[in-house]
Amino acid sequence: MKPLLELRGLGVCYNGAVAPALEGVDLDLAAGERLAIIGESGSGKSTLARAISGLLPQTARLQGTVAWPGLDHPARNGRDIGFVFQDPASSLDPVMSVGDQVAEVAHANLDIDWGAARRLAVELLDRVKLPEPEALARAYPHQLSGGQKQRVVIAAAIVACPKLLIADEATSALDTIVQAEIVALIRRFVAEDGMALLFVSHDIALAANLADRIAVFRHGRMVEMAATAELLARPRSDYSRALLAAHLGLKAHSGASR
Amino acid sequence: MSLSRLFRTPEAAAGLVILGLLVAMAVAAPWLFPRDPLAIAGQPLLPPFQDWALPLGTDRLGRDVVAGLFHGARTSLAVGLAAAAASILVGSIVGTVAGFAGGLVDEVLMRITDAFQTVPGFLLSLALVSVVGPSLSVVVAAIALSAWTGPTRIARAEVLSIRERDYVASARVIGMHPVEIAFREVLPNALPPVLALSSVIVAAAILTEAALSFLGLGDPNRVTWGGMIAEGRAVLRSAPYLSVIPGIALVLSVLGVYLAGEGVVEGTAAREGQA
Amino acid sequence: MNRAWGLLKRRLIGSIPVLLIVVVGSFLLLEAAPGDAVDAYVASVGGDAGMIEALRTSWGLDASPMTRLAAYLWALLHLDLGHSVAFSRPVLDVVLERLPNTLLLMGAATALSFALGTTLGILAGARPGSARDRLLSIGSLALYAVPGFWLALVLTIVFSVELRWLPLSGMETIASGKTGIARMLDIARHMVLPVTSLGLIYLALYLRMMRAGMAEVWRMDFTLAARARGIPRRRIVLAHVARNALLPLVTMLSLQSAQMLGGSVVIESVFSVPGLGRLAQEAVGSRDTPLLIGIILVSAFLVIVINLLVDIAYAVLDPRVGASEVKA
Repeated sequence: MKPLLELRGLGVCYNGAVAPALEGVDLDLAAGERLAIIGESGSGKSTLARAISGLLPQTARLQGTVAWPGLDHPARNGRDIGFVFQDPASSLDPVMSVGDQVAEVAHANLDIDWGAARRLAVELLDRVKLPEPEALARAYPHQLSGGQKQRVVIAAAIVACPKLLIADEATSALDTIVQAEIVALIRRFVAEDGMALLFVSHDIALAANLADRIAVFRHGRMVEMAATAELLARPRSDYSRALLAAHLGLKAHSGASR
Repeated sequence: MSLSRLFRTPEAAAGLVILGLLVAMAVAAPWLFPRDPLAIAGQPLLPPFQDWALPLGTDRLGRDVVAGLFHGARTSLAVGLAAAAASILVGSIVGTVAGFAGGLVDEVLMRITDAFQTVPGFLLSLALVSVVGPSLSVVVAAIALSAWTGPTRIARAEVLSIRERDYVASARVIGMHPVEIAFREVLPNALPPVLALSSVIVAAAILTEAALSFLGLGDPNRVTWGGMIAEGRAVLRSAPYLSVIPGIALVLSVLGVYLAGEGVVEGTAAREGQA
Repeated sequence: MNRAWGLLKRRLIGSIPVLLIVVVGSFLLLEAAPGDAVDAYVASVGGDAGMIEALRTSWGLDASPMTRLAAYLWALLHLDLGHSVAFSRPVLDVVLERLPNTLLLMGAATALSFALGTTLGILAGARPGSARDRLLSIGSLALYAVPGFWLALVLTIVFSVELRWLPLSGMETIASGKTGIARMLDIARHMVLPVTSLGLIYLALYLRMMRAGMAEVWRMDFTLAARARGIPRRRIVLAHVARNALLPLVTMLSLQSAQMLGGSVVIESVFSVPGLGRLAQEAVGSRDTPLLIGIILVSAFLVIVINLLVDIAYAVLDPRVGASEVKA
């Protein structure tokens, strides 16, 4: 079966930077597959997410290819790719009601009129488990909590039923309890809608919880990629081992303090 | 800041060249045109480019237009710089006191600032000149009276953010007098953003002076570009150049001040960006 | 609307001390001017030394400065702005007669400069750094350096003297007997040059602010997020970037109202538009200080009213304004 997404020798160099942000990445993603990209800041994981969705600054230089064998056309943002950013507060327009911000995605990508788009937006707000979606659609971002805002962002990302959902550190600006809720939400939608998921995170535990496969990135290169269970049990690279050890150490520490 | 950085963009370079010319004209005026520019120099209403001794012609009374331009540059620059300096000085002091003292003092000073911003500045200048009588220093004071509020607000905002910083706290700890802290530690650090505004203030002051003298409220003993434009109005149909020429000088000067000011601000920002 | 109302109430209360300071300031200016209200009154109406003395006593001008200030305030509360020397009439009557013309001029100039300035600013800011952007920003800077009164003269030379397309001066054709739409068109023709001369400098200002504001909004994450959601560029520019960049311009609108009133003095003088600004120049010319101060007071009041209107408009445009107060 053809993969949904196929990266070959993908490299990115930002204008003025000495070292490339991303180098020689080969990667396949099957339809409906859940892949986690793990790495510290500066590992190139966010650059990868943006390169896939064509959101790099114009001055960035791109090498290699991003192909979509699973689609019969080039991927379009919103319609084929849904994107959830790290900070829900800054990824919503502060002076537009949240309902309209979901509706405009539906209007732009689904060829439906504004009335239908607004009704669909309310449905979506209900699906992401926001209370009183009718009233909430008329609220503005500043009236919502961080977790509620991220639910709105997810609603906007999936309203056009994309084939791939990219979550770029989608939970790291939230506190632990809200984080778990958002992860559960993402897990459910990926299962229900059959979307593929690219889950970009620095948190290996969170990733392991959600993904079928994990790719570990460091200094713009892919260090290793394996099925989740395989990587957790038998990490091949020293770096993956160190990441795991650091996490286990933390876990042991927090377990002891409880 | 190196000169090459100031000349970074063609706009900034053009601004500095214009500004340089303006200063040169102002400085050279008494040497190049030692005669009183208000005195009659030749036949009246001589068009430009007719007589090499009077290259830009003469006005209704036979006064030399070029001599007027040079001496007018002197007035424009002097009034512009003096009024801007006065408003920045008053503004930084009032802003520093308001921001540093806080409480009732701040409240009172800011309401006064509000009141000055509520009254149309040009009407205020007009009223002052009309009540006290036109002279160069009154015009400067009148312009400053309507321009000090901008620097005040910026200085106050800056002082509010500086007030809580470490070096101010340490000055408090070593027992420095509050007034000393305000003017030796806080004010100098609050100045740069105020000075970044200075080109806009100078330009506005030049324009206000021109408007005042256009209405006949400039110092009657000095040549001003605004006055020359007003003088040319009477013969607008037959000799439009009399109003157009000093106007072009005015536009170029103001443009030069803006461009140079923007160049300096951008140059400074670039330097800070590199640091 | 609750939000806007709460804000309005707070601003109204806040403007009382400001107005008081303006009144005290104008009282001081009146005191500094040579001659007093009685001199002004007698100069226009006439009267002998005995009457002058009687008037001084009855108007309380021989009292202490504090008593006189109180009397001045009391008179203002009764809308008595004093007596104009030059017109031999109450100041308020003269001012109110001229006010509509200035409001028309200012309103039209504001509409023109705001509409055109923001539109051109959006064109420039839609693609920062493009050739169109550079051209518009240099052009606007040049325009920003042009003094309104000189522009007025140049436009007059071109359009009234040379081309003879537009009338030279005045508010309408005198004794034309025109009524209704014909009269409105006549006034519109007369206002073209004054409105353009007054508005162009602000057009440049709004263009520059809009452009700078849009450049700032482009750097915000939600524009990238909108691209990631497949929103067409045209809609991103208009509904998100321009919409957000418009907010500071609305604030500027109230700051500019005072400046524009000042600017109307020269423009009205050039075109002989019988408005407040020309009245101010006439007051200066005839040394009519009470009239001049009256104009300043009415202008300040007008600016406060405009500020309140702009505040309401801002509260409608920005859902974040006053939000904390409603919650509390």
